[in-house]
Amino acid sequence: MKEYIELFTSFFKVGIMTFGGGMAMLPMLQAEIVDKKGWATEDELLNYYAVGQCTPGIIAVNTATFVGYKQKKTLGAACTTLGVVFPSLLIIMMVAAFLGNVSEYPIVQNALWGIRVAACALILSSIIKLFKSGVKNLFGMIMFLMAILVTGVFGITSVVMVIVAIVAGNLYRMILDRKGGKS
Amino acid sequence: MTYLLLFLEFFKTGLFAIGGGMATIPFLYEIAGRYDWYTTSELVNMIAISESTPGPVGVNMATFAGYLAANVPGSILSTFALVLPSYLIILIIARMLDKFQKNPYVKNAFEGLRPTVVGLLAVASFAIVKVTFLTGTVKKTEDLLNFIDFKAVILFIILFAAVMKLKKHPIIYIGLGALAGILINL
Repeated sequence: MKEYIELFTSFFKVGIMTFGGGMAMLPMLQAEIVDKKGWATEDELLNYYAVGQCTPGIIAVNTATFVGYKQKKTLGAACTTLGVVFPSLLIIMMVAAFLGNVSEYPIVQNALWGIRVAACALILSSIIKLFKSGVKNLFGMIMFLMAILVTGVFGITSVVMVIVAIVAGNLYRMILDRKGGKS
Repeated sequence: MTYLLLFLEFFKTGLFAIGGGMATIPFLYEIAGRYDWYTTSELVNMIAISESTPGPVGVNMATFAGYLAANVPGSILSTFALVLPSYLIILIIARMLDKFQKNPYVKNAFEGLRPTVVGLLAVASFAIVKVTFLTGTVKKTEDLLNFIDFKAVILFIILFAAVMKLKKHPIIYIGLGALAGILINL
Protein backbone atom coordinates (compact mmCIF):
# COMPACT_ATOMS: atom_id res chain seq x y z
CA MET A 1 0.00 0.00 0.00
CA LYS A 2 2.82 2.37 0.90
CA GLU A 3 4.37 1.98 -2.55
CA TYR A 4 1.10 2.92 -4.25
CA ILE A 5 0.77 6.06 -2.16
CA GLU A 6 4.38 6.92 -2.94
CA LEU A 7 3.72 6.53 -6.68
CA PHE A 8 0.70 8.80 -6.40
CA THR A 9 2.41 11.53 -4.35
CA SER A 10 5.57 11.59 -6.49
CA PHE A 11 3.53 12.12 -9.64
CA PHE A 12 1.28 14.59 -7.87
CA LYS A 13 4.44 16.63 -7.26
CA VAL A 14 5.47 16.27 -10.91
CA GLY A 15 2.01 17.39 -12.04
CA ILE A 16 1.80 20.40 -9.77
CA MET A 17 5.25 21.67 -10.82
CA THR A 18 4.65 21.33 -14.54
CA PHE A 19 3.90 24.68 -16.18
CA GLY A 20 3.21 24.07 -19.86
CA GLY A 21 3.47 20.81 -21.76
CA GLY A 22 5.44 17.60 -21.56
CA MET A 23 8.73 19.46 -22.05
CA ALA A 24 8.29 21.42 -18.83
CA MET A 25 7.83 18.12 -17.02
CA LEU A 26 11.25 16.81 -17.95
CA PRO A 27 13.31 18.48 -15.17
CA MET A 28 10.76 17.37 -12.53
CA LEU A 29 10.82 13.80 -13.84
CA GLN A 30 14.61 13.71 -13.72
CA ALA A 31 14.67 15.07 -10.16
CA GLU A 32 11.82 12.98 -8.70
CA ILE A 33 11.75 9.78 -10.71
CA VAL A 34 15.39 9.30 -11.81
CA ASP A 35 17.48 10.95 -9.07
CA LYS A 36 15.31 10.66 -5.97
CA LYS A 37 13.31 7.46 -6.40
CA GLY A 38 15.39 5.58 -8.96
CA TRP A 39 12.23 4.33 -10.67
CA ALA A 40 13.69 4.92 -14.13
CA THR A 41 17.07 5.69 -15.71
CA GLU A 42 17.78 8.59 -18.08
CA ASP A 43 17.84 6.06 -20.93
CA GLU A 44 14.43 4.69 -19.96
CA LEU A 45 13.04 8.21 -19.78
CA LEU A 46 14.23 8.71 -23.36
CA ASN A 47 12.56 5.43 -24.36
CA TYR A 48 9.27 6.64 -22.84
CA TYR A 49 9.48 9.98 -24.59
CA ALA A 50 10.24 8.15 -27.84
CA VAL A 51 7.08 6.07 -27.49
CA GLY A 52 5.14 9.18 -26.43
CA GLN A 53 6.09 10.92 -29.69
CA CYS A 54 4.14 8.45 -31.77
CA THR A 55 1.31 7.33 -29.50
CA PRO A 56 -1.90 9.25 -28.86
CA GLY A 57 -2.47 11.23 -25.72
CA ILE A 58 -0.63 13.66 -23.54
CA ILE A 59 3.06 12.91 -23.07
CA ALA A 60 2.83 13.68 -19.34
CA VAL A 61 0.20 10.97 -18.93
CA ASN A 62 2.01 8.49 -21.15
CA THR A 63 5.23 8.81 -19.17
CA ALA A 64 3.40 8.54 -15.85
CA THR A 65 1.65 5.37 -16.99
CA PHE A 66 4.96 3.82 -18.12
CA VAL A 67 6.76 4.49 -14.85
CA GLY A 68 3.81 3.28 -12.76
CA TYR A 69 3.50 0.09 -14.78
CA LYS A 70 7.19 -0.67 -14.42
CA GLN A 71 6.96 -0.38 -10.63
CA LYS A 72 3.60 -1.95 -9.81
CA LYS A 73 1.89 -3.09 -13.03
CA THR A 74 -1.64 -1.96 -13.90
CA LEU A 75 -2.55 -0.64 -10.46
CA GLY A 76 0.73 1.24 -10.14
CA ALA A 77 0.07 2.85 -13.52
CA ALA A 78 -3.37 3.92 -12.29
CA CYS A 79 -1.76 5.58 -9.23
CA THR A 80 0.80 7.54 -11.24
CA THR A 81 -1.72 8.59 -13.90
CA LEU A 82 -4.19 9.81 -11.28
CA GLY A 83 -1.35 11.50 -9.42
CA VAL A 84 -0.22 13.50 -12.44
CA VAL A 85 -3.74 14.75 -13.32
CA PHE A 86 -4.99 15.36 -9.78
CA PRO A 87 -3.39 18.82 -9.33
CA SER A 88 -5.01 19.98 -12.58
CA LEU A 89 -8.41 18.83 -11.38
CA LEU A 90 -8.15 20.66 -8.07
CA ILE A 91 -6.57 23.85 -9.37
CA ILE A 92 -8.66 24.27 -12.50
CA MET A 93 -11.90 23.64 -10.61
CA MET A 94 -10.94 26.28 -8.07
CA VAL A 95 -9.91 28.74 -10.75
CA ALA A 96 -13.07 28.16 -12.76
CA ALA A 97 -15.32 28.42 -9.72
CA PHE A 98 -13.77 31.34 -7.82
CA LEU A 99 -10.99 33.16 -9.59
CA GLY A 100 -12.09 33.75 -13.17
CA ASN A 101 -9.41 34.52 -15.71
CA VAL A 102 -6.28 34.38 -13.53
CA SER A 103 -4.07 34.83 -16.56
CA GLU A 104 -5.12 38.50 -16.70
CA TYR A 105 -3.86 39.42 -13.21
CA PRO A 106 -0.56 41.37 -13.54
CA ILE A 107 1.01 39.52 -10.60
CA VAL A 108 0.26 36.16 -12.23
CA GLN A 109 1.67 37.37 -15.55
CA ASN A 110 4.86 38.62 -13.89
CA ALA A 111 5.33 35.42 -11.90
CA LEU A 112 4.78 33.38 -15.07
CA TRP A 113 7.35 35.47 -16.91
CA GLY A 114 9.90 34.44 -14.27
CA ILE A 115 8.71 30.83 -14.20
CA ARG A 116 9.15 30.58 -17.97
CA VAL A 117 12.75 31.83 -17.66
CA ALA A 118 13.40 29.30 -14.87
CA ALA A 119 11.78 26.56 -16.98
CA CYS A 120 14.13 27.40 -19.87
CA ALA A 121 17.16 27.11 -17.58
CA LEU A 122 15.88 23.80 -16.17
CA ILE A 123 15.01 22.39 -19.60
CA LEU A 124 18.44 23.30 -20.99
CA SER A 125 20.12 21.47 -18.12
CA SER A 126 17.75 18.50 -18.65
CA ILE A 127 18.64 18.32 -22.32
CA ILE A 128 22.36 18.45 -21.51
CA LYS A 129 21.86 15.52 -19.11
CA LEU A 130 19.86 13.55 -21.69
CA PHE A 131 22.43 14.36 -24.37
CA LYS A 132 25.16 12.86 -22.19
CA SER A 133 23.23 9.64 -21.65
CA GLY A 134 21.53 9.38 -25.05
CA VAL A 135 24.19 10.48 -27.54
CA LYS A 136 27.11 8.15 -27.01
CA ASN A 137 28.93 7.88 -30.35
CA LEU A 138 29.18 9.24 -33.89
CA PHE A 139 26.01 7.42 -34.92
CA GLY A 140 24.12 9.04 -32.02
CA MET A 141 25.51 12.44 -32.96
CA ILE A 142 24.34 12.02 -36.56
CA MET A 143 20.83 10.99 -35.43
CA PHE A 144 20.67 13.93 -32.98
CA LEU A 145 21.67 16.47 -35.65
CA MET A 146 19.39 14.87 -38.24
CA ALA A 147 16.41 15.14 -35.86
CA ILE A 148 17.11 18.85 -35.36
CA LEU A 149 17.54 19.43 -39.09
CA VAL A 150 14.47 17.47 -40.21
CA THR A 151 11.94 18.65 -37.61
CA GLY A 152 13.43 22.01 -36.57
CA VAL A 153 14.72 23.41 -39.86
CA PHE A 154 12.51 21.67 -42.42
CA GLY A 155 9.48 21.45 -40.14
CA ILE A 156 8.69 17.83 -41.00
CA THR A 157 6.55 15.97 -38.44
CA SER A 158 8.49 14.07 -35.78
CA VAL A 159 6.70 10.82 -36.65
CA VAL A 160 8.85 10.64 -39.81
CA MET A 161 12.00 11.00 -37.72
CA VAL A 162 10.83 8.26 -35.35
CA ILE A 163 10.45 5.82 -38.25
CA VAL A 164 13.84 6.84 -39.69
CA ALA A 165 15.42 6.28 -36.25
CA ILE A 166 13.95 2.78 -35.89
CA VAL A 167 15.29 1.77 -39.31
CA ALA A 168 18.64 3.50 -38.78
CA GLY A 169 19.17 1.85 -35.39
CA ASN A 170 18.77 -1.57 -36.96
CA LEU A 171 20.89 -0.75 -40.05
CA TYR A 172 23.67 0.59 -37.85
CA ARG A 173 23.76 -2.62 -35.81
CA MET A 174 23.77 -4.73 -38.99
CA ILE A 175 26.74 -2.79 -40.39
CA LEU A 176 28.61 -3.08 -37.08
CA ASP A 177 27.97 -6.82 -36.90
CA ARG A 178 29.16 -7.32 -40.46
CA LYS A 179 32.33 -5.33 -39.80
CA GLY A 180 32.98 -7.26 -36.63
CA GLY A 181 32.34 -10.48 -38.54
CA LYS A 182 29.77 -11.59 -35.99
CA SER A 183 27.02 -12.53 -38.42
CA MET B 1 -26.93 12.63 -21.72
CA THR B 2 -24.42 15.48 -21.41
CA TYR B 3 -22.23 13.19 -19.32
CA LEU B 4 -22.18 10.49 -21.97
CA LEU B 5 -21.40 12.98 -24.75
CA LEU B 6 -18.72 14.59 -22.61
CA PHE B 7 -17.11 11.24 -21.99
CA LEU B 8 -17.21 10.25 -25.68
CA GLU B 9 -15.87 13.59 -26.95
CA PHE B 10 -12.92 13.65 -24.57
CA PHE B 11 -12.18 9.96 -25.03
CA LYS B 12 -11.96 10.74 -28.76
CA THR B 13 -9.69 13.71 -28.07
CA GLY B 14 -7.40 11.57 -25.92
CA LEU B 15 -7.34 8.85 -28.55
CA PHE B 16 -6.60 10.95 -31.62
CA ALA B 17 -4.51 13.88 -30.36
CA ILE B 18 -0.96 12.70 -31.08
CA GLY B 19 2.07 14.59 -29.83
CA GLY B 20 1.11 16.25 -26.56
CA GLY B 21 -1.27 18.74 -24.99
CA MET B 22 -1.27 21.37 -27.71
CA ALA B 23 -2.48 18.75 -30.18
CA THR B 24 -5.82 18.70 -28.34
CA ILE B 25 -6.67 22.31 -29.30
CA PRO B 26 -8.18 21.51 -32.74
CA PHE B 27 -10.45 18.95 -31.05
CA LEU B 28 -11.53 21.50 -28.45
CA TYR B 29 -12.43 23.95 -31.25
CA GLU B 30 -14.53 21.31 -32.92
CA ILE B 31 -16.34 20.62 -29.64
CA ALA B 32 -17.02 24.35 -29.20
CA GLY B 33 -18.72 24.37 -32.59
CA ARG B 34 -20.78 21.24 -32.06
CA TYR B 35 -22.10 21.75 -28.50
CA ASP B 36 -23.07 24.76 -26.41
CA TRP B 37 -20.70 23.82 -23.58
CA TYR B 38 -18.39 26.78 -24.20
CA THR B 39 -17.87 29.39 -26.92
CA THR B 40 -14.71 29.84 -28.97
CA SER B 41 -13.87 33.02 -27.06
CA GLU B 42 -14.19 31.09 -23.80
CA LEU B 43 -11.84 28.55 -25.35
CA VAL B 44 -9.20 31.23 -25.94
CA ASN B 45 -9.43 32.14 -22.25
CA MET B 46 -9.27 28.47 -21.32
CA ILE B 47 -6.02 28.02 -23.23
CA ALA B 48 -4.49 31.11 -21.57
CA ILE B 49 -5.53 29.97 -18.10
CA SER B 50 -4.38 26.40 -18.69
CA GLU B 51 -0.94 27.65 -19.67
CA SER B 52 -0.68 29.86 -16.58
CA THR B 53 -1.73 27.30 -13.97
CA PRO B 54 0.23 24.26 -12.78
CA GLY B 55 -0.36 20.93 -14.48
CA PRO B 56 0.05 19.61 -18.01
CA VAL B 57 -1.72 21.97 -20.45
CA GLY B 58 -3.73 19.23 -22.14
CA VAL B 59 -5.15 17.96 -18.86
CA ASN B 60 -5.89 21.50 -17.66
CA MET B 61 -7.85 22.32 -20.80
CA ALA B 62 -9.94 19.16 -20.59
CA THR B 63 -10.71 19.77 -16.91
CA PHE B 64 -11.74 23.34 -17.68
CA ALA B 65 -13.94 22.38 -20.63
CA GLY B 66 -15.64 19.70 -18.54
CA TYR B 67 -16.29 22.19 -15.76
CA LEU B 68 -17.92 24.65 -18.15
CA ALA B 69 -20.04 21.87 -19.63
CA ALA B 70 -21.26 20.21 -16.43
CA ASN B 71 -19.56 21.58 -13.33
CA VAL B 72 -17.49 19.41 -10.96
CA PRO B 73 -18.76 16.03 -12.21
CA GLY B 74 -18.16 17.26 -15.75
CA SER B 75 -14.54 18.15 -15.09
CA ILE B 76 -13.83 14.83 -13.40
CA LEU B 77 -15.48 12.96 -16.26
CA SER B 78 -13.71 14.83 -19.07
CA THR B 79 -10.30 14.47 -17.41
CA PHE B 80 -10.88 10.77 -16.85
CA ALA B 81 -12.06 10.30 -20.45
CA LEU B 82 -9.05 12.21 -21.82
CA VAL B 83 -6.44 10.07 -20.07
CA LEU B 84 -8.18 6.70 -20.42
CA PRO B 85 -7.01 5.99 -24.03
CA SER B 86 -3.38 6.86 -23.20
CA TYR B 87 -3.56 4.74 -20.09
CA LEU B 88 -4.88 1.70 -21.97
CA ILE B 89 -2.56 2.09 -24.96
CA ILE B 90 0.55 2.57 -22.82
CA LEU B 91 -0.40 -0.45 -20.70
CA ILE B 92 -0.47 -2.56 -23.87
CA ILE B 93 2.83 -1.11 -25.12
CA ALA B 94 4.50 -1.48 -21.71
CA ARG B 95 3.43 -5.10 -21.59
CA MET B 96 4.76 -5.70 -25.11
CA LEU B 97 8.03 -3.95 -24.27
CA ASP B 98 8.41 -6.24 -21.26
CA LYS B 99 8.06 -9.20 -23.58
CA PHE B 100 10.17 -7.91 -26.46
CA GLN B 101 12.80 -6.07 -24.44
CA LYS B 102 15.39 -8.69 -25.28
CA ASN B 103 14.41 -8.80 -28.95
CA PRO B 104 17.43 -7.48 -30.90
CA TYR B 105 15.32 -5.48 -33.37
CA VAL B 106 13.52 -3.66 -30.58
CA LYS B 107 16.80 -3.00 -28.80
CA ASN B 108 18.40 -1.65 -31.98
CA ALA B 109 15.35 0.51 -32.66
CA PHE B 110 15.70 2.20 -29.27
CA GLU B 111 19.44 2.52 -29.91
CA GLY B 112 18.47 4.76 -32.84
CA LEU B 113 15.52 6.40 -31.09
CA ARG B 114 17.28 7.68 -27.98
CA PRO B 115 19.67 10.16 -29.64
CA THR B 116 16.87 11.14 -32.05
CA VAL B 117 14.52 11.98 -29.20
CA VAL B 118 17.19 14.19 -27.61
CA GLY B 119 17.20 16.13 -30.89
CA LEU B 120 13.38 16.26 -31.01
CA LEU B 121 13.28 17.57 -27.44
CA ALA B 122 15.87 20.22 -28.28
CA VAL B 123 13.62 21.40 -31.13
CA ALA B 124 10.51 21.32 -28.93
CA SER B 125 12.25 23.40 -26.27
CA PHE B 126 12.93 26.08 -28.88
CA ALA B 127 9.21 26.99 -28.85
CA ILE B 128 9.46 27.83 -25.13
CA VAL B 129 12.71 29.74 -25.68
CA LYS B 130 10.99 31.84 -28.36
CA VAL B 131 8.07 32.97 -26.16
CA THR B 132 10.41 33.59 -23.25
CA PHE B 133 13.15 35.68 -24.85
CA LEU B 134 11.57 37.25 -27.92
CA THR B 135 8.94 39.93 -27.43
CA GLY B 136 7.66 40.08 -30.99
CA THR B 137 8.50 39.30 -34.59
CA VAL B 138 11.69 40.50 -36.18
CA LYS B 139 11.21 42.25 -39.52
CA LYS B 140 14.66 43.81 -40.02
CA THR B 141 18.02 42.80 -38.56
CA GLU B 142 18.38 46.16 -36.77
CA ASP B 143 15.04 45.46 -35.03
CA LEU B 144 16.62 42.44 -33.38
CA LEU B 145 17.86 44.31 -30.31
CA ASN B 146 14.40 45.60 -29.42
CA PHE B 147 12.83 42.20 -29.71
CA ILE B 148 15.06 40.40 -27.26
CA ASP B 149 13.89 40.56 -23.66
CA PHE B 150 17.24 41.36 -22.02
CA LYS B 151 15.87 41.16 -18.49
CA ALA B 152 14.84 37.58 -19.26
CA VAL B 153 18.27 36.80 -20.76
CA ILE B 154 20.08 38.08 -17.66
CA LEU B 155 17.77 36.20 -15.29
CA PHE B 156 18.27 33.10 -17.44
CA ILE B 157 22.06 33.29 -17.20
CA ILE B 158 21.87 33.60 -13.40
CA LEU B 159 19.35 30.78 -13.00
CA PHE B 160 21.13 28.49 -15.45
CA ALA B 161 24.45 28.96 -13.62
CA ALA B 162 22.64 28.17 -10.35
CA VAL B 163 20.98 25.06 -11.81
CA MET B 164 24.29 23.69 -13.09
CA LYS B 165 26.29 24.56 -9.98
CA LEU B 166 23.93 23.96 -7.05
CA LYS B 167 21.97 20.96 -8.37
CA LYS B 168 18.96 21.68 -6.14
CA HIS B 169 15.42 20.44 -6.75
CA PRO B 170 13.65 22.14 -9.74
CA ILE B 171 10.90 23.40 -7.41
CA ILE B 172 13.42 25.86 -5.92
CA TYR B 173 14.22 27.42 -9.29
CA ILE B 174 10.56 27.61 -10.31
CA GLY B 175 9.89 29.44 -7.02
CA LEU B 176 12.89 31.74 -7.48
CA GLY B 177 11.80 32.47 -11.04
CA ALA B 178 8.28 33.39 -9.93
CA LEU B 179 9.62 35.63 -7.16
CA ALA B 180 12.13 37.32 -9.47
CA GLY B 181 9.40 37.87 -12.05
CA ILE B 182 7.16 39.63 -9.52
CA LEU B 183 9.98 41.76 -8.06
CA ILE B 184 11.61 42.77 -11.33
CA ASN B 185 8.35 43.82 -12.95
CA LEU B 186 6.92 45.67 -9.93
